[in-house]
Amino acid sequence: MKEMTLEAKIENIPRVTAFIDEQLEALDCPMKAQMQIDVAIDELFGNISHYAYAPGSGEATVGFDFDETARTVSVVFSDRGIPFDPLGRSDPDVNAPAQERDIGGLGIFLVKKTMDSLEYRFENGKNVLTIKKKI
Amino acid sequence: MKIIKHSEGTALEIALEGRLDTNTAPELEKELKESLGGVTDLTLDFARLEYISSAGLRVLLSAHKTMQGHMTVKNVNEIVSEVFDVTGFVDILNIE
Repeated sequence: MKEMTLEAKIENIPRVTAFIDEQLEALDCPMKAQMQIDVAIDELFGNISHYAYAPGSGEATVGFDFDETARTVSVVFSDRGIPFDPLGRSDPDVNAPAQERDIGGLGIFLVKKTMDSLEYRFENGKNVLTIKKKI
Repeated sequence: MKIIKHSEGTALEIALEGRLDTNTAPELEKELKESLGGVTDLTLDFARLEYISSAGLRVLLSAHKTMQGHMTVKNVNEIVSEVFDVTGFVDILNIE
């Protein structure tokens, strides 16, 4: 697995995206899947940046793996911040009228809908969130 | 992300180029806050927008709620369209 570790802050999202895009481009990943993965990075690394170490700061690691047989990409986000299971919350009501809309939880919901799978583990003091997408 | 504005009377068209995400959504939010006074028709042209994340959706929702007049989003690509579909924004926004 290829990995990069960097400070969890939103200004670093473009660095993570560039790292993953480089791997995807080498695999001739379809543009649509690449954009969906980029959106997922924005949501997930954004969440870690905002909440994992608040109000302080800390590092996060982003890993990339590719299963050639299944043509499936894995992106793994890990941090040593506050234990948080993003899959633990209920899905937002996507049918509510505009005035009653609450944007909370929409990002993770979007990731669930566009990725093939999401898995959360808390192990060795780390939040580990893995997304998988067949390309 | 690039923001290109075109104003005609009380109509304002804003074209976005690039990615509307966690880092760029505040730029659009600021632009809308400063430009919407007296605007009756707002058109957002997404022809050159690559993708949108929930941070961008939040800004669109907030503009939709505060806008006194008409707000339209046009030229959305497949990726943006899918995001509008799965989040139910397709029922809230006026998409051309």
